[in-house]
Amino acid sequence: MDRGRGGPHDAPLLPTLGCVTLIATESLTKTYGGVVTALADLTVAVEPGIIGLVGANGAGKSTLIKILLGLLTPTSGRVQVLGLDPTTDSAAVRARVGYMPEHEALPPDLTAAELVTHLGRISGLPRTVARERASEALRHVGLYEERYRPVGGYSTGMKQRVKLAQALVHDPDLLLLDEPTNGLDPAGRDAMLALVHRIGTEFGISVLVCSHLLGEVERICDTLIAIDGGRLLRADHISAMTTSTDVLAVEVSEGTDDLAARLSALQLPVTRDGRLLLVPLADDATYDLILGAVAELDLPLHRLDQRRHRVAELFATREPSHV
Amino acid sequence: MSEPTGVIHDIGYQRYTGPRLGRRQVFGALYLHGLRTAFGLGRSAKAKIFPWLVVAIVTVVAAGVTAVRSQIGEVVMTYAQFADNMSWLVIFFAAVVAPELVSRDLRSGVLPLYFSRPMPRSDYPLAKLLAMITALWLLLGAPQLVMFLGAAFTTGDGMNGVWNELLDLLPGLLYAGLWAAVFASIGLLVASLTGKRAFAAGGVVAVFLMTTPIVGTLSIMPSQTLNELAGLASPSTLVQGVGAWSLGDLLITGDAAEATHSLIGDFGPVYAVAAVLLIAGCVTLLLARYRKVATR
Repeated sequence: MDRGRGGPHDAPLLPTLGCVTLIATESLTKTYGGVVTALADLTVAVEPGIIGLVGANGAGKSTLIKILLGLLTPTSGRVQVLGLDPTTDSAAVRARVGYMPEHEALPPDLTAAELVTHLGRISGLPRTVARERASEALRHVGLYEERYRPVGGYSTGMKQRVKLAQALVHDPDLLLLDEPTNGLDPAGRDAMLALVHRIGTEFGISVLVCSHLLGEVERICDTLIAIDGGRLLRADHISAMTTSTDVLAVEVSEGTDDLAARLSALQLPVTRDGRLLLVPLADDATYDLILGAVAELDLPLHRLDQRRHRVAELFATREPSHV
Repeated sequence: MSEPTGVIHDIGYQRYTGPRLGRRQVFGALYLHGLRTAFGLGRSAKAKIFPWLVVAIVTVVAAGVTAVRSQIGEVVMTYAQFADNMSWLVIFFAAVVAPELVSRDLRSGVLPLYFSRPMPRSDYPLAKLLAMITALWLLLGAPQLVMFLGAAFTTGDGMNGVWNELLDLLPGLLYAGLWAAVFASIGLLVASLTGKRAFAAGGVVAVFLMTTPIVGTLSIMPSQTLNELAGLASPSTLVQGVGAWSLGDLLITGDAAEATHSLIGDFGPVYAVAAVLLIAGCVTLLLARYRKVATR
């Protein structure tokens, strides 16, 4: 995406990537002790926006985030975040990035206000600014009077919000959220996703959301990166993944092969999926062609309906061992 | 990127364009936070009990010593001796403060929130160490200041007396600094190995107390060299050895020369080098520990 646009004054690290690139990796590989491969030859480039990073547990999501933060050094390959190289310039990257870790990360005896203020100061905010921005950040994530109570007494949902607020307090350009909906009930998940969506759209902050639940992130993302076993499955705009995949599913009680042959003869690219025939939906005429073919062959039509492919199905054939 | 201006009814998200402070100020903020934590400031009342109990005890002792001296004129303990006599309290203070400073953060998992921020990862343990050294130094130094003020106001020799007291106080404060540096670096290193506060506290006490019998055993061995080097085996006796060598009669009153000699012989410099190496070793291990923790 958007390759080959070199910035004139701000020469990018990777020659193929332009300055609009938010995150770029090139043949990124990370092995632990030469035995465990967490990331293998990952090359991906994404533009600002809300990016979903999906993969099963152990797919390499957290490793990728730690490399982006400059906390881990890749075994080989190159990486760029906000036009900076986290392996050499990690402090500069971390100054512009907010990170929400996956696991429990809050000291129970501090209040949310104290904790977020303190972490704001650690990010380099002056004392009074840190206090102001801490209460702003907590207000944006929906914590009001509760922020003066110790975090230990918070619900999981509130703790997740505090973790998000501390990632937001220093006004980053990019948020890295590792499983932000972890441990939340369905209503809490929806609220958290709505919040992330709001940050990505209204606040003007790019967000990388990590999740093992594809159905969740695809609702709020512009771009989706899917990795499995440290390898890239696919990275693309979410619109590109869904619009092209509206299909008609046809099922007849008998004569499926005859119908397939007939439809192929009508220049329709038919695919078999068990007892179903899948035909890409070009326009309304596709319906007529199929109905006509069924009528001509005098086959008992069981069903004919439009299927909007969920993104999950794009990956289904590629990761047979998961989901 | 920025919000449109002129919206009155809804204060949306505000971007921050103001100054961002550098490494030194961030280090200072972390250091101050650690120092406050050591004394339970900004924490629950429960966290304040122990530190302030210890502070109360040392202050009362200092006040008592000062009172005795001003009334009877007898010097119960010198400034430097004060640190030696309070060593048990220092051990327990270290055993409470070190876990409070580092084990708590390990347990709550808050470290990723620190290490995902711009500061270099070595700054976290160094700021904590400095905070703990300061806390221990204040614990030993502030009562000495009380003693000094008492002596300065009751001195019969005018400004000259005050000056002499000051000359006695300064080595005492330096000696307190040595106590603080040794105990803080060992205590923090031990506490940084576990997230469980009780284990950390027990570990700190164990390191300081379990080594004492070794010193006892070595000091009654039939070799005089071994006896004189015995103090190296335990942090407390190591510090006292350095003090005996460098401070002399400020620390060991009475028949000073003989007492010093019987304790450490001519090995004073060895004690000093050992103390420096001990601190350096602990700091190195502490930094290595946090290099590993940061990537988790």
